[in-house]
Amino acid sequence: MEQNSEPRQDRVQLCQRCESRPASVHMSTVVNGEKFDRFLCEDCARQEGAYHFMLVPQFTIQHVLGGLIGATPTGQRPQAVIDKTCPVCGYSYQQFAETGRLGCDHCYEAFHEELEPLVKRLHGSVEHHGKVPKRGGQDILQQRTLEELRTKMRDAIAREAFEEAAKWRDEIRALEQQHASGGSNHGSL
Amino acid sequence: MDPFSAWMQAKGPDADIVLSSRIRLARNLKDTVFPNRLTDDVAEKMLHQVEQAVNDLSRTWQMHFERLDHLSPIDRQVLVEKHLISPAFIEEPVKYRAIAIDERESISIMVNEEDHLRIQILLSGLQLEEAWTVANQLDDALERRLDYAYDSHSGYLTACPTNIGTAMRASVMVHLPALVLTRQASQVFTTLAQIGMVVRGLYGEGSDAVGNIFQISNQVSLGLSEEEFIHNLATVTQQIVGRERHARQYLQHNAGVMLADRVDRAWGLLTHAHIMTSEEALRLLSEVKLGQDLGLLPKTKSTFTQLTLFTRPGFLQSQTGHELNAAERDQIRAQFLRERLREEVQSV
Repeated sequence: MEQNSEPRQDRVQLCQRCESRPASVHMSTVVNGEKFDRFLCEDCARQEGAYHFMLVPQFTIQHVLGGLIGATPTGQRPQAVIDKTCPVCGYSYQQFAETGRLGCDHCYEAFHEELEPLVKRLHGSVEHHGKVPKRGGQDILQQRTLEELRTKMRDAIAREAFEEAAKWRDEIRALEQQHASGGSNHGSL
Repeated sequence: MDPFSAWMQAKGPDADIVLSSRIRLARNLKDTVFPNRLTDDVAEKMLHQVEQAVNDLSRTWQMHFERLDHLSPIDRQVLVEKHLISPAFIEEPVKYRAIAIDERESISIMVNEEDHLRIQILLSGLQLEEAWTVANQLDDALERRLDYAYDSHSGYLTACPTNIGTAMRASVMVHLPALVLTRQASQVFTTLAQIGMVVRGLYGEGSDAVGNIFQISNQVSLGLSEEEFIHNLATVTQQIVGRERHARQYLQHNAGVMLADRVDRAWGLLTHAHIMTSEEALRLLSEVKLGQDLGLLPKTKSTFTQLTLFTRPGFLQSQTGHELNAAERDQIRAQFLRERLREEVQSV
């Protein structure tokens, strides 16, 4: 194939595919040990998949996630899970398994059972310890403090440190009373 | 007008090695389908809501809201090259996507990327805490105007469960030529993976680490507070900076001639070549920076990150004002770098 040889120096080499644009990509393929050289323009090279490995992330988190979502100890997903859909946005669990993305914020509630173990595998934890939104966040902050105090109380009881446990119990009561009398400021500001 | 972002000025602690610090927060609106499922009318309504919120804040934060389809493809590409938006964000269709960027180009908000909002703060040097302070304040200001999807148990709800909780990615971009040269880099990165940190190449997911530039970020976003995640990354980064400095000293003492040869060759090529691919340019600029940091080469007025922008196709096309094919870009790139480096070194 004489015309497929090296580009000539005396004039601009044209793309061997579209034969109109100047060639700027040297594409070399080896098939059964035989090497083929082609000189293509950027557009044609892209269409022929020359940039495939360079430009497209082949192994993204979404791809891995798809596998993780499907993985159960038995390797089989029950039909009930596959058929699940979010009542608010209509997104199906199957779609989530395929894309690695949820449909709306309510999907977290709809697929809670399936998502919780997945989140645990991804993050090693299922509980948020970070920022609480200022608006409507006071309730959440108070709940978080209460939960912490209850854990401390249970821990003290387990250690038979009853005096300490009583201290935590009083604090919990005080906070609960304060919450009951003060009401919620959810949605204020 | 300065074509560079403020973060490229190489100021801030350890800015010679830590090129930038970034905090990115993912936020979604309550009761609104995530971006991959938005219908035209919901998208329009949602964009309007966000635009109003941004406009409310525009005086304090000097932010400017722009629909992505109002920008030319070259301008969009330049924003990616300046690390203000992600490569995925400019993939078609870009309809119903928008950005808000401040004057200094330290703040950017991507609207309708994977999540409704991706708030990003980008600063020079190791300034993760400072970036978090700004991100947190901006987030508070936005939250007063928008209803976020939030759950007391799971935190901020995101389109992908890999981001829930704090929905925060803290990352640093580091230049580690000596760790690569002394073959310690892969060992360092393996250790980082074990403590929940991800290392990527320059342009994020799926890109190679050309020019010895790496991006390190937290892999997990749930279970710890934002401050704890940031503290962990900052501590690890300081250790890496220490190792890189140590490796540089080692090279200078034990392989001085090799180093001098490398950096002078790189300088020679950059100041004399007429054809230069982006990969070669970045590789050579990395060597020149190492030479400058070690006092083997004179400093230039432009910083390393500013010069690396001249290797990028979008930026070159925005500078020349028209589209360029790959061969033309290789020539213009060589010319820009050649002229700039020669001129700046004469005036230093």
